[in-house]
Parts: sequence; C-alpha cells; structure tokens
Amino acid sequence: MKFDRNSNGYTLIFMTVLLAVVAVALSGAFTFFKPFHEQNKRQEKMTDILYIIGLDQARLQKAAQSKGLSLNYDLIQKYFNQYIIKQLTLDNQGNPVQGINAFEINLKRELAKPAAEQHYPLFIARYNGKTYYIIPMYGKGLWDDIWGYIALEDDMNTIHGIKFGHKGETPGLGANITEKWFEDRFKGEKLFDPNGQFTGIDIVKHWKDETNKNDHKIDAISGATLTSNGVKAMINERVKHYVPYFNKLKKQ
Amino acid sequence: MAKKKSKEILFDPLFENNPITVQVLGICSALAVTVKLMPAIVMALSVMAVVAFSNLIISFMRKLIPMRVRIIVQLVVIAALVILVDMLLKAFAYDISKQLSVFVGLIITNCIVMGRLEAFAMDNKPWASFLDGIGNGAGYGLILIIVAFIRELFGSGTLFGHKVIPQWFYDHGYMNNAMMLMPAMALITVGVIIWLQRSYMPQLTEKE
Repeated sequence: MKFDRNSNGYTLIFMTVLLAVVAVALSGAFTFFKPFHEQNKRQEKMTDILYIIGLDQARLQKAAQSKGLSLNYDLIQKYFNQYIIKQLTLDNQGNPVQGINAFEINLKRELAKPAAEQHYPLFIARYNGKTYYIIPMYGKGLWDDIWGYIALEDDMNTIHGIKFGHKGETPGLGANITEKWFEDRFKGEKLFDPNGQFTGIDIVKHWKDETNKNDHKIDAISGATLTSNGVKAMINERVKHYVPYFNKLKKQ
Repeated sequence: MAKKKSKEILFDPLFENNPITVQVLGICSALAVTVKLMPAIVMALSVMAVVAFSNLIISFMRKLIPMRVRIIVQLVVIAALVILVDMLLKAFAYDISKQLSVFVGLIITNCIVMGRLEAFAMDNKPWASFLDGIGNGAGYGLILIIVAFIRELFGSGTLFGHKVIPQWFYDHGYMNNAMMLMPAMALITVGVIIWLQRSYMPQLTEKE
C-alpha cells in the first residue's frame, strides 16, 4: 500500500504528535525560566520602590560603581533592605497584622477577596533623613491591568514620588503614564484637605494650573482619558485603604 | 527554479530581495519598534532566530507534513519558537522585553516568517533553509537598524541612550524632531530607503 500523507488518519496522528512535542517543550522551557522571571519581577518591584523615594537607577549605578560593584539583583536587594526600614501588612481597619510578608502580597489577588479579608502592604523608607510611606497600587486601565507605587512624605499627605506600570495601554497615548513628565505632575500634590479629610487626586482634562499643589488636581493625558480615569480611580481607591492607619499614626 | 548557491541564499535578501524594501513585508513591526536602537536590534535578532529555526524545523519535516494542514503546522512551529524567544527575553533582557511588549508576540503574524516557510523551507533542504532564514532575518534587521538609527538620532538626539548631539547645538536653537518618534515618520524613512534603493538598482522597478 502506498503511503498517503494526506489521509485523515495520518493527519490526525501527525498533528497529535506535533502538538504533544510542542506542549512538552514549552512547559519544560517555562519551568526552566520561571525562577529567572520571578527574580526579574522582584528586582523590578524593588527598583520601582527605590525610584520613587529618589534613588533612581542612575544614582544606584553610581553608588555601586563607587564601590567597584555592578548593580545586580543582590546589590539592589541590599540597598532595598538598607533604605526600606519597615514592611507592614495592614488589615482592613488599618491594624498591623503579623505573619504575612508585605513584599510577597499579590495586590490583584488580595483585591479579589471580600473587603474584610483584604490585607494591604505598606513600606516605610528612610532616605536622606526623611521618612516616606510607600503604597503599592493596582487597578484597571483602558485595556488591561495598571499598577504602580506612590510615596508620601512624612506628613502622610504630600506626594513625593510616583511610578506607574501597565500591561497593554495604547502606545503613544495611555502608555505615556510611565513617562517622567506624567509622574512629575503628581509631585507635591496633597491627598488630604486642610481639615485632614481624604480627598484624593482628580485627573482633569486641560488642567492648566499645574503650579497649584493644593488643588488636588492634575492635568490628564490628551487622548488617554480612560487610562487617566483608571489611574485616578487606582490612586484614590488604594490610598483610601491606608487612611485608618494614617489617622492612628497622626493621633500618636 | 535553478539551485541557488548558499552565498546567494544568504546575501540576496539583504539587498536585492530585501523583505522590507523589496517585498514590502513586516512593515508593522518596522514602524513600531524603531524608536530606539537597542530594542530594534533585539527585535531584529529575535526575528532572525525565529525565521532561521522555523525554516530549519519545517524543512526537516517538509516530507512528512500533510499538505492540507501545512499552514497550521507552520503556525504551531512559529508560535512555539516565538513563545520561547519571549520567555528568553523576559528572563535575560527584562527591560528590553518590556519596551518591545506585544511586538515580540506579534512576530507570529509577521508575514516574513510564514512567507519564507511557504516559499522556501517547504521545498528546500534544511541547511539551505536555515541560511535563507538567517539572510531574511538579517535583511529585515538591517532596515530596522537603519530606521532606528535615524529615528533615535534625530528624534531623541541619542544613540543607544547616550547623548550624541552636543549641547552646543541645542544652545543655538537646534531641537529634537518629535515627529521622528511618530510611526508616520518611520514609514516615510522606510519610503526614502526604498526610493534610494530603487534608484540605485533600477532592475527592481516594476515594468509598466
């Protein structure tokens, strides 16, 4: 009998074998690369947190070079442990919880839980004689997840630094939330009104008054209204979780 | 078709039969990843690896593939290789893989890859197919790097992120051309390259 490579039976066997081989190869590769991916994610998290308190990549690089070291994962971890003096896990009432590693909290998973069971990570940094409160954020942009970190000064009110990330916002429009000029618009803005009430931040179209740092308003990105709204909702909702804790600290 | 020599297979796609400027394929990613040089180079290498190895694998299997499902088989091989490249980049070039974002995944839909599988690997020996993949990847990469060089130099005044246009120019009124950062300008740059190439190689111009 002549071998017919276009017969249905052969096609079925060929495809099954091909897909099995590809599936095994890819899952093997995934398992192999997973530790590298996780280390990169942790490194990114630490770099982002150091960045918003004022230790950007260039400064870390310089510090490393002055000691003749290269800026690798271990060194970033060392700097992180040096400047982040406290890592807290808070419950929904703003009380510190023991036994949960704040750094390992997955905010996306946490926010999917019922509000009473949610835990929030808080990092407290000390750099150049000043204390900063760092809040990780997670939310929805126009297309997909957005996330970020916000650093508050020791009045727990003024924004010192901010950093955003996104999974799939439109390049050139919503993706611009990662640009420095957008981050700079937040610096110095206040999250509470003078009476200590939480007001959050409003991101407004065509907001011209960027020099006023007490109006709780910043200018949105043109052509990215929905991403801007996502950023606004993310900041306000995430920071709100920490208000009970901040109120307790302020009373002390 | 007369058998081509290895040298021709490797170097033809660089100029005479360049996938971007002559066949006008793979334009989408050429516009998207050429704002800066570094991501463009990584993208070029990724595409080169994917074309070369998918050509090689398909060529090895060319006598076994059922003809009716060959496109699906080609896609499975391409997709597997692209996912592999994506995982590699995420593990060892994390920052660049973030800049390339979706475009690594979109190599799957890059016409150059499937075009080479259909046109070459399906009826040529593995070694020739591998060279063909390297050549076409290099032809694609060459244009990417030229465009990225022009765009980064005039759009941001830098090369590989280092400032190359001296401050003196800026002090005397020189400005970076923000237009260069837009995809439209990349298309115009590619157009200019095509024009230059065709005026240099008149045999490429279509007869009326």
